[in-house]
Amino acid sequence: MTATTNHADTPAFTETMTMIEAIRDALTLEMARDERVVVLGEDVGVLGGVFRATDGLQQRFGERRVIDTPLAEGVIIGAAVGLAVSGLIPVPELQFLGFGHQAFHQIGQQVARFRFRSQGRHPMPITIRSPFGGGVRTPELHSDAFEAMYTNTPGLKVVTPADAYDAKGMLLAAIRDPDPVLFLEPLRGYRLVSGEVPTGDYMVPLGRSNVVREGDDVTLIAYSAAVQMCMKAAGVLSSEHGVSAHVLDLRSLVPLDVEGLVAAVERTGRVVIVHEAPLTSGFGAELAATIQREAFYSLQVPIERVTAPDTPYPLGGTEDFYVPQISDVVRGVLTAMER
Amino acid sequence: MLAQFVPDGTAPSPIQYLAADGALAEGVTPSMSDDEVRAGLRLMMLTRAFDTKAMSLQRQGRFGTFSQVTGQEASIVGSASALDPRIDWVVPQYRELPALLRQGLPLSSFMLYFMGNLAGSRIPDNVNILPIQISLAAQIPQAVGLAWGLQLQQTGGVVIVYFGDGASSEGDFHEACNLAGVLKAPVVFMLSNNGWAISTPRHKQSAATSLAARAPGYGFPGVVVDGNDLLAVHAVTSEAVARARAGEGPTLIESVTYRMGPHNTADDPTRYVVASELDAWKPLDPIARVQRHLTARGLWSDDQCQVVEAELSAEIEEALVVARAAPPPSASQLFDHVYADAPATMLRQRAARLGVTA
Repeated sequence: MTATTNHADTPAFTETMTMIEAIRDALTLEMARDERVVVLGEDVGVLGGVFRATDGLQQRFGERRVIDTPLAEGVIIGAAVGLAVSGLIPVPELQFLGFGHQAFHQIGQQVARFRFRSQGRHPMPITIRSPFGGGVRTPELHSDAFEAMYTNTPGLKVVTPADAYDAKGMLLAAIRDPDPVLFLEPLRGYRLVSGEVPTGDYMVPLGRSNVVREGDDVTLIAYSAAVQMCMKAAGVLSSEHGVSAHVLDLRSLVPLDVEGLVAAVERTGRVVIVHEAPLTSGFGAELAATIQREAFYSLQVPIERVTAPDTPYPLGGTEDFYVPQISDVVRGVLTAMER
Repeated sequence: MLAQFVPDGTAPSPIQYLAADGALAEGVTPSMSDDEVRAGLRLMMLTRAFDTKAMSLQRQGRFGTFSQVTGQEASIVGSASALDPRIDWVVPQYRELPALLRQGLPLSSFMLYFMGNLAGSRIPDNVNILPIQISLAAQIPQAVGLAWGLQLQQTGGVVIVYFGDGASSEGDFHEACNLAGVLKAPVVFMLSNNGWAISTPRHKQSAATSLAARAPGYGFPGVVVDGNDLLAVHAVTSEAVARARAGEGPTLIESVTYRMGPHNTADDPTRYVVASELDAWKPLDPIARVQRHLTARGLWSDDQCQVVEAELSAEIEEALVVARAAPPPSASQLFDHVYADAPATMLRQRAARLGVTA
């Protein structure tokens, strides 16, 4: 992983961490640094989270700052609004983004626009952490990639780290950000993705994309778990098809790094956007619209989108037909190359 | 086997201090001083006068859609008067004008909000109220979170959250009560049961004989109070506030009152309210009740009433002057206070909309 990832500013002292370890490291560091930070959610305390992202936090910081809540997503987020008004910095966890619908009324109408509705009096320095995306055979209704619901929600930032280094640096940036941030963690990347992570304090700014592989023939644009898939597809494209792929990890959807996006498109003139969400109104549509507006004359062929179909997320046995696979990315690239 | 927890079909009589004729019930000691009662009466009368004025302005197209308090003044004033505005918070729905005023909100600010001016959304920093909530029941989890935050930081503050019989059907109500019970959060749930959720009557809202009876299910007490009785509402709320402040947790108060007007200025209640029911509530008017009580004790008179009404009318006119002097809405306001650190894409949209360079 680290070999292909460009983190030029990595400090000297590092450890190899999985993504979940990097997230836990960021939470631990920030809770120790700022006593206003509180973590709340289902099973985040004694259990340490169903994926162990909050493992050990309650033992270290106590039950007043790491709170196991009743099973009710709406009140987890709604209460976070009130906690923020009181002067605290809540980091609520939605156990799976699939259950975000149960809290969407509090996220969309309240968290995202409380600053606006109070005309600046009540900022919402809330970071909502949630795993999303498929590929790990979860039970039904857990794994949907609903990020576009949230990117169409003004007032909210939506970020999507793809590796351990970014997960820690972006989580620290998110918690310190005065605006509310939906921090989306790739479910299947939690333990799959590991890399060198600085042991100390650092931030990866929200809203800057990252070129994770340089190439000249085609530009793959992805975020979260799809970045890893694009990297693997790029390997196949290089070894089996002689195609040199440039891979851009967006890292953040809102704010969107338009300059980084345009530069990546101009590099090759051929674009394949990859995401796990369904095609229609997926974030790829926003990317395609932005690219045609900002980089129209550098496009040599129409933009390809490799996504899930416009169908409901299926049960596990059918999952690999639904979530884009490496072979789907390769096929999308070859389509773009053959035009 | 199915008889462990059963509805018994009875609802408790609402706690009452003042009878409709203003007579104080035997054996009760009011929790309000005479000065506090007079201050409460004045605030109720201000609210009633504002309702009339605002309705007139709305019909002239000079005020937006809003909901009158008429009939529910004692419920709101009696409960809000039990708070210490310096440390306690009011989390409103949208029909609690006098609670907001008592916390310190300028009337002109409230007017601006309902005139559609975003300046009215800015509550002064030292006034402990959350923004008016239009998405019903969404304020209840927020109130619990706020109370929890005050508890964690040991401020001694208490939160009162207002909502209606309709909003108590929302999931947010249940989720919030449930969490508050677990946390023993210092919060008072003030359920204004005014008989209606727009056109849906109370009996279609819930099969529960009493909405307050839900409280034990969340592990805290509930109480039903005569919402048209200033003294009873104040006494009950004071006890709930004291309980919360002492760390004993939340209370659910069902304040039984009646919406004497429309749901809001866009509503036509003649399509669904039975006139006889409305007529039955008229003699129970909360303002007249306090006036009768004070008059009988030699603390109020028609002359005093006229003086106060003239003062209130002038107060409302003054606030209107202040509100009308506020800068008019502008396109740039769309982009203010959306983010502390706005995405470049939004800033470009701002520049395009305003015709300036980003």
